Amino acid sequence: MLDVKDLEVTFTRGVEQVHAVRGVTFRVEKGESYGIVGESGSGKSTVLRAICGLAPTSGGEIAFEGSPLPTPRDAAFYRRVQMVFQDPYASLHPRHTVDSVLSEPLAIQGFDDRENRIERALEEVGLGQGFRFRYPHQLSGGQRQRVAVARALILEPEILLLDEPTSALDASIQAEVLNLLDRLRVERGLTYILVSHDLAVVSHMCERLLVMQHGQAVEELARDALRARAARTDYTRRLLQASVGYSREDAA
Amino acid sequence: MTTRAWLLSEQPASRRQARLGQAYRTWLAFRANWLAMVGLAIVVALVVVAALADVLAPYNPILGQDLNTTRLLPPLSPGHLLGTDDLARDILSRLIHGTRLTLMVVVLVALIATPIGLLVGTTAGYFGGWIDTVLMRLTDIVLAFPRLILALAFVAALGPGIENAVIAIAITSWPPYARLARAETLTVRNSDFIAATRLQGASSARIIWKHIVPLCMSSVIIRVTLDMAGIILTAAGLGFLGLGAQPPQPEWGAMIAGGRRFLIDQWWVATMPGIAIFIVSLGFNLLGDGLRDVLDPKGRK
Repeated sequence: MLDVKDLEVTFTRGVEQVHAVRGVTFRVEKGESYGIVGESGSGKSTVLRAICGLAPTSGGEIAFEGSPLPTPRDAAFYRRVQMVFQDPYASLHPRHTVDSVLSEPLAIQGFDDRENRIERALEEVGLGQGFRFRYPHQLSGGQRQRVAVARALILEPEILLLDEPTSALDASIQAEVLNLLDRLRVERGLTYILVSHDLAVVSHMCERLLVMQHGQAVEELARDALRARAARTDYTRRLLQASVGYSREDAA
Repeated sequence: MTTRAWLLSEQPASRRQARLGQAYRTWLAFRANWLAMVGLAIVVALVVVAALADVLAPYNPILGQDLNTTRLLPPLSPGHLLGTDDLARDILSRLIHGTRLTLMVVVLVALIATPIGLLVGTTAGYFGGWIDTVLMRLTDIVLAFPRLILALAFVAALGPGIENAVIAIAITSWPPYARLARAETLTVRNSDFIAATRLQGASSARIIWKHIVPLCMSSVIIRVTLDMAGIILTAAGLGFLGLGAQPPQPEWGAMIAGGRRFLIDQWWVATMPGIAIFIVSLGFNLLGDGLRDVLDPKGRK
């Protein structure tokens, strides 16, 4: 459904150039949940931003259902691909109520039946009607992230890009949001691309995953291989090791 | 349910309730600052006096009384609380009618300069690149002109009068708002909520108008309110130089200029309008300070 081929992203500021993504290739099938993991600065979030047109691609190709995406992306693209951001404290406008956050995408894309859609979207993410006219400062982090998910889903997209959707939340809320995302995927037949530095989250959510380091793809793994710790490269093995934490036997 | 509970409800049931509730919370925070309330009282008084000038003023502000008996009467004379000027006109009545001119200058400058500043600043900040360079260099150029001298040039070109003074002041007072709006725009334009809006397919105009302008509004409003004193003083200065309001209009700056000739012997003719300018400027400054405490999100917490 989504083909990323030899993707290159270079940020230029004056004479300084940062090569954030260097030739990443992967393919996501319809209905699949695909994970991208790596340490901070590995370029995993930049891949997501490049897909939705927020980061400039300097090489390679991104194709959606076989046809390359236009730059800048058109409105029809945003109707089918939406994104949930990492920090729910930064991704909601501080002066807009939940109601205006949810009604704006509907107004932009010209949807009808807005009242019902907003009510349904709130129910779906587990927020009642009591939340509809609140401002972000009246919501907790988990509730904000639910609003962000509702905003992404209200346009009924087919692909949801998730940029570390739980890393800004504490552990109990993390599970809540992950379960919500899992349930919505089953109910709606969504395709996910999930970026995370947390291998536990990725192995819980994704069938396949890509390991990235220094802007390059290191290897692609299936979930079973991840659980069996059958990594082919040193870096992935170290990443797996790090996710388990400090162990006395290794140190000895 | 009481009105207060309805306004402070954590679960508003309608758009209107959410908006009113937010306004009420801001008002509660504002009310706690007594100096700001003094400022607000002065500004409200200015508006009320301007609206009711015809009722409040005991005499006609333009036609004088008997030049033989009522000329240059000192303050607290019977019938003339603040005395009379050299044309036997009641100073209190002139001050009361002068509030209209002051308010007109303030409101017109705010209405002309604020939108220009906001538009230039947010556009430059949002688009960046060459648009930013062109707009901000233009702002720098206007900013580099001495304000009063440029106003003088405008008035000289367009002819003296209060309207031309307003235009001259407005044209020279928008650059600070543009800079302020640009700075605010730069801090929010790369934030996730703007990116999220872009991902919904929103146009640049929509993003600037509905998402960036509301965030710049509070600091610009604060700045405009604090600048009001300066605007009033500039208008009075132009009036003093004879380039603003023309006689016999009861403009405060022109009144000071008129009283200058008798400053030693009949001090009240120039002092009374001076006190009026002082009080109104102080009122706007106090109001602006109070608004900053309430509206500026960085100042809170």
